[in-house]
Amino acid sequence: MALTLASRRTTRRLAADAGLLVVAAAFVLPLAWVVLSALDPRANLRVKTPDGLTLANFDAILTPEITFTPLLNSLILCGGATLLTVVCAALAAYPLSRFRSRFNRPFLLTILFATSLPITAIMVPVYALFVRVDLIDTMHGTIFFFAASQLPFAIWLMKNFMDGVPKELEEAAWTDGASSTQSLLRIVLPLMGPGVAVVTVFSFVMMWGNFFVPFMLLLTPDQMPASVSINDFFGNRGMVAYGQLAAFSLVYSTPVILLYVLIARRLGGGFALGGAVKG
Amino acid sequence: MTATAPHPRLTKAPTDPHPARGPRLPVRILPLAPAVVLLLLFLAGPIAYCVYIAFTDLQLTGQARESFVGLDNFTRALGDEEFRNAVWLTLVFTVLSSLIGQNTLGLALAALMQRASKPVRTLTGGIVVTAWVLPEVVAGFLLYAFFRREGTLNAILDWLHLPAQNWLFTLPILAVSFANVWRGTAFSMLVYSAALNEIPKEITEAAEVDGAGGWRRMWHITLPMIRRSIGTNLMLNTLQTLSVFGLIWVMTRGGPGGRSQTLPLFMYEQAFQNSLIGYGTAVALLLLVVGSLFSLVYLRLLRTEV
Repeated sequence: MALTLASRRTTRRLAADAGLLVVAAAFVLPLAWVVLSALDPRANLRVKTPDGLTLANFDAILTPEITFTPLLNSLILCGGATLLTVVCAALAAYPLSRFRSRFNRPFLLTILFATSLPITAIMVPVYALFVRVDLIDTMHGTIFFFAASQLPFAIWLMKNFMDGVPKELEEAAWTDGASSTQSLLRIVLPLMGPGVAVVTVFSFVMMWGNFFVPFMLLLTPDQMPASVSINDFFGNRGMVAYGQLAAFSLVYSTPVILLYVLIARRLGGGFALGGAVKG
Repeated sequence: MTATAPHPRLTKAPTDPHPARGPRLPVRILPLAPAVVLLLLFLAGPIAYCVYIAFTDLQLTGQARESFVGLDNFTRALGDEEFRNAVWLTLVFTVLSSLIGQNTLGLALAALMQRASKPVRTLTGGIVVTAWVLPEVVAGFLLYAFFRREGTLNAILDWLHLPAQNWLFTLPILAVSFANVWRGTAFSMLVYSAALNEIPKEITEAAEVDGAGGWRRMWHITLPMIRRSIGTNLMLNTLQTLSVFGLIWVMTRGGPGGRSQTLPLFMYEQAFQNSLIGYGTAVALLLLVVGSLFSLVYLRLLRTEV
């Protein structure tokens, strides 16, 4: 009995491995295309062995106009908005986590409701509103909107992380005469360092990849972040240099992949937002 | 890692209803102010404005002041062939890519991962998650290349001696649905992996010893135990899928001939190509209402769980 069970398990493991490998093979094809094409002097739309390896594609795109300015714009936009999001979320999470009040529950429910609203749907009115109040085509206007759209989820995450920091530590500080601000900055935030890191990285990654918001709210080409400027490869120039497009895609994607690996490791791989999803 | 506190204290319950000391109510809620101001101005404001201009004839150019037109935009939508087409395509896109694709494939991957060997599990997980982490536009380009006439998919079909297709032309909605599955499955996979890990080993082992086969165990034991995760995951997937814009924009621009034009793309076209901001916003409002309903159901699901 034990033996058959064991051998049945081995068969099952092999079957599971085979199934996963099939899916992995299908999923890896587009990824293989981008990596191989970036190194291929004559890239086309197929996955193929490169006709020799070259860095010419990277050479061609690593210019201020094509790569550095858009990436810098992305950095200003997403960095600024992330900073704003994290500061506002940390401040807001503090009273929500620390003090009981009858406002907390309705406020948190509203926040949770707002986390799942489709932001795409309000972009047309946001555009119209921004034209009216003269915020259209400004970096700060876009930063404010980015921060506001990410804030509900950031507050929710931050509050949950803050709940994990024991209150007694703070009470000790209060008896020693520390103010709430001091205890937030000196005690609570340092203790929830990994939590703050997750909120920061998550907000940044979401904004870095966002296309629709800057596409709608910015108009001047030199202000465009990489998510929008990448479309220029398909501009009116006719022939698309696929190798360069692939190289640019890699350069643009690398930061978010690295950041993701950073937080995934830090939380022991279990970070699936699974915890966040379940509240 | 940054904990400097004595250990026993960390295990105590975190919340205490009444702090012995602490500031008064107005001071207490002061830190909420920046977040609330930002949310009111840039999130609640646009939503309110959305509700307002959905009932006006606001246009992009050459108009002194918009005027109130009542339900005109909505009745117009009902009679608009293109709008009905967009609603239908949105349904197809959501059902195919979110309900069937991401959800089922995510569950299958999570279930297989429970049994697979570690290297295979890590490899597959890494690849699927990479597809998820990539920026939306990049994912769009990769799948555009994959589905194009001279792309990888047709190369494979050729090699198998199967007829090639111009996928982005003949079946654009299918191509973008697959693209969304490619990009979004990781989320379901991660949610379900977490849920499956929480099922105690003894339960499945007992069923196995009793001779219940794989499918029966899945159907009678596993699925009922993770039904809450299924609900949450379906909600979030659907909300996510309803607002997909960049992926479709990059792959097909909603074409050819509107055959992959889901509601977000329809809304964009009406507002900017046809300069009908009022009409576009009315469509946006419908999308927002549908999204809000899903969102409320999601809240309900969470509440039964807490």
